[in-house]
Amino acid sequence: MIYLQIFSGASNMVEGVDRSFMVIFSISLFFLMGITATMIYFIVRYRKTRNPKATQIDGSNTLEIIWTVVPLILVMVMFFYGYRGYVIMREVPEDAMNIKVNGYMWDWDFEYENGKVSKDLYLPINKPVKLNLYSLDVIHSLYIPAFRVKEDAVPGKENYMWFTAQLEGEYEVLCAEYCGLRHSYMEAKAVVIPQEKFDTWLADYHPELNKDPRGLEILKANACTGCHSLDGSKLVGPSFKGIFGIQRIVLVAGKEKTVTVDEDYLLKSIKEPNAEVVKDYPANVMQSYSKVLTNEDMGEIVTYIKTLK
Amino acid sequence: MENHTQPLDFIQDKQGKKGIFAWIFSTDHKRIGILYLVSITTFFLVGGLLGGLMRLELIAPGETVMSPQTYNAFFTVHGIIMIFLVVIPGLGAVFGNFFLPIMIGARDVAFPKINLLSWWLYVTGAILALLSQFAGNGAPDTGWTFYAPYSTESGTNVVAAVFAAFVLGFSSILTGLNFIVTIHRMRAPGMSWFRMPLFPWSLYATAWIQVLATPIVGITLMMIVAERLFQIGFFDPSLGGDPILYQHLFWIYSHPAVYIMILPAMGVITEIIPTFSKKAIFGYKAIALSSIAIAAVGYFVWGHHMYTSGMSTTARWFFSFLTFIVAVPSAIKVFNWVATMYKGSIDVRTPFLYAASFIFLFMIGGLTGLVLGSLATDVHVHDTSFVVAHFHYIIFGGMGFAFFAAIHYWWPKMFGKMYDERRANVAWLITFVGFNVLYFPLFIIGVQGMPRRYFDYLPQFHMGHLISTIGAFILLTGIFLMIYNIMRTKKHGTPAGMNPWGGVTLEWTIPSPPPVENFEEIPTITKPPYTFE
Ligand SMILES: [Cu+2]
Ligand SMILES: [Cu+2]
Repeated sequence: MIYLQIFSGASNMVEGVDRSFMVIFSISLFFLMGITATMIYFIVRYRKTRNPKATQIDGSNTLEIIWTVVPLILVMVMFFYGYRGYVIMREVPEDAMNIKVNGYMWDWDFEYENGKVSKDLYLPINKPVKLNLYSLDVIHSLYIPAFRVKEDAVPGKENYMWFTAQLEGEYEVLCAEYCGLRHSYMEAKAVVIPQEKFDTWLADYHPELNKDPRGLEILKANACTGCHSLDGSKLVGPSFKGIFGIQRIVLVAGKEKTVTVDEDYLLKSIKEPNAEVVKDYPANVMQSYSKVLTNEDMGEIVTYIKTLK
Repeated sequence: MENHTQPLDFIQDKQGKKGIFAWIFSTDHKRIGILYLVSITTFFLVGGLLGGLMRLELIAPGETVMSPQTYNAFFTVHGIIMIFLVVIPGLGAVFGNFFLPIMIGARDVAFPKINLLSWWLYVTGAILALLSQFAGNGAPDTGWTFYAPYSTESGTNVVAAVFAAFVLGFSSILTGLNFIVTIHRMRAPGMSWFRMPLFPWSLYATAWIQVLATPIVGITLMMIVAERLFQIGFFDPSLGGDPILYQHLFWIYSHPAVYIMILPAMGVITEIIPTFSKKAIFGYKAIALSSIAIAAVGYFVWGHHMYTSGMSTTARWFFSFLTFIVAVPSAIKVFNWVATMYKGSIDVRTPFLYAASFIFLFMIGGLTGLVLGSLATDVHVHDTSFVVAHFHYIIFGGMGFAFFAAIHYWWPKMFGKMYDERRANVAWLITFVGFNVLYFPLFIIGVQGMPRRYFDYLPQFHMGHLISTIGAFILLTGIFLMIYNIMRTKKHGTPAGMNPWGGVTLEWTIPSPPPVENFEEIPTITKPPYTFE
């Protein structure tokens, strides 16, 4: 089962990683078994009842040298395989296709060279792909186990990874760096398809038609939609759908109070999110956005939320 | 009737103090050791309980017994308690305090009052750590690593938790300082460096790490506090800071911290194996010097926690190279331990069982560490449950089992009472089996791509998680049986006598429990430490 997974060649990185894994694993298993067996043999062979008198031996310089030098050589062999499997990960071929990856709490966006943005990572088979990793908030880590690749998306930094997908199919894309409440749900699919299919998929993109309203753009760019859904589903915070104009019970300094969700309440919730928290939702999860968003931005957001019936 | 030829033992002799004050204001290294034993055991049980509840949550996919926010707080608090309150002070604070002076033929540590201050700082830090869980805006949810910018932005009670770790750091530094001076200045006449037993040697290497590395994490944690309170901009890129800088600073301490835990553990094992093999330790100097080598090289390998962080390519292979080098001195110790058993006369008693299983578990922990030290393989298994399994084999299978070994080895000396050995062996077996059932499956699902710190998981990982959770409950059963068995010596223990195991280091030459002054007359050392017959 593990073996099958290890030797599948879903990307060009699998071979180097799995080979160094097998080198380390075999040497380690040999020593683990050998030393454990020797120890058990000594314990049985030299047990008190069978060997009542110990023979005093202080040590042996020859043995010390042997068991210093031999492990030293073996770890250098392991280092070498690890280095070899890794060094190709940093050398991106010139013809690689660039995809911009935005990680945010708690989702991934994959942006292609023509501007198309996808929630899943579509990949043409046998084509080198370079992922440029960005984060909008905290550190995330893009991890595709089947491809044996992982690199952190660090805010304020541009990291990258590259690989060539070699087998058609769907693979898990996960977030490996702990990033808060919905860390374990920050997943996507890597979909590997033939070049022609990929080209059709990529061309199916109409920026004029799909253009988001300004308010939604701002919500997405600030990762608000990670916690506040647009479809009524309950995430960390209340959904935006149908929220405008209704009455809500909020907690003000521990006391319940009924408010109408109007422009003032929405603006206040952006600026001081913990002042009036809707009942049954956690406080202190959201930070104030008064320094992050301009007043116009906040206005656009409110305008957009009004349209979400 | 008092027997005037025999001095009172340290438990009877309260030094004019009453009740609990005879403990919490005592400067006797033995009493301080026991204060640590009680505090550390308490926190170990709290941390273990949190771990057990986390395992229960992971018994099946989806939400089972707690919400994701609770789970995130649990693994954070579990980490903070286990790392800062249990394993870092751990063996040094308990058995180092109790036995270091005795093993080098001294009456106490160099600075007994500072020693008591260390414990008080520990307690202060512990209270702060507990407060951070209950007071304010909810338990911290950052992981014990406090990675920025999550830790500078999280709405939870991070400042208190970080400050707790800061105070605990001082406790650790002072203990280290105390041990260094004690070892340099207070060895019995005739005890040259190479006549010193190897547990003190390991404490000596450890103490240097405590003194030199702990200030770095102290400063780093204060930078987090400053960042949160005053928006300075050290680490948070939205303030102009660099999150990778935080990781460097954090691991410059926190990698060597692994050696703060494991070196004394190796020291304990090095004491136990000769005693039960009735044979001098094989390669005394190699073991002593390998502790120093581990402490020295261990400073320069921290970057192996950051292979996927976007560190430069050169830094990545440089740290990988050094990480492989630091594996060698650990291997040397293992070879010497096993060689000590050769042609011994081995008495398989409870402490020896723990010591032998330590070697096995430590090897698994160490060898899987090679997978993580290697660049290509680490890219795949970094931040997966493979890492979780690896460091639990080192910290729990290593340091934890060494702690269990030490408690079974030295308890008769500390309290003069022997426990029921048969029940102790049964508890060992349950603990050993439970441990492996708990942690081994995590290696397998880790290689298959199960990330760590996940509240929920994909269905293909269910079997591994289920087995692991079952293991957790076997392990807890074993530990509770062990603690019960030890505690019951208070009423049902048989007198242990001065030297129940036939050991030859100095602690076995004085009464059990030892008198306040340890030695009526300071011994003069004329032989190497492990001279049998
Ligand atoms: Cu993430
Ligand atoms: Cu490390």
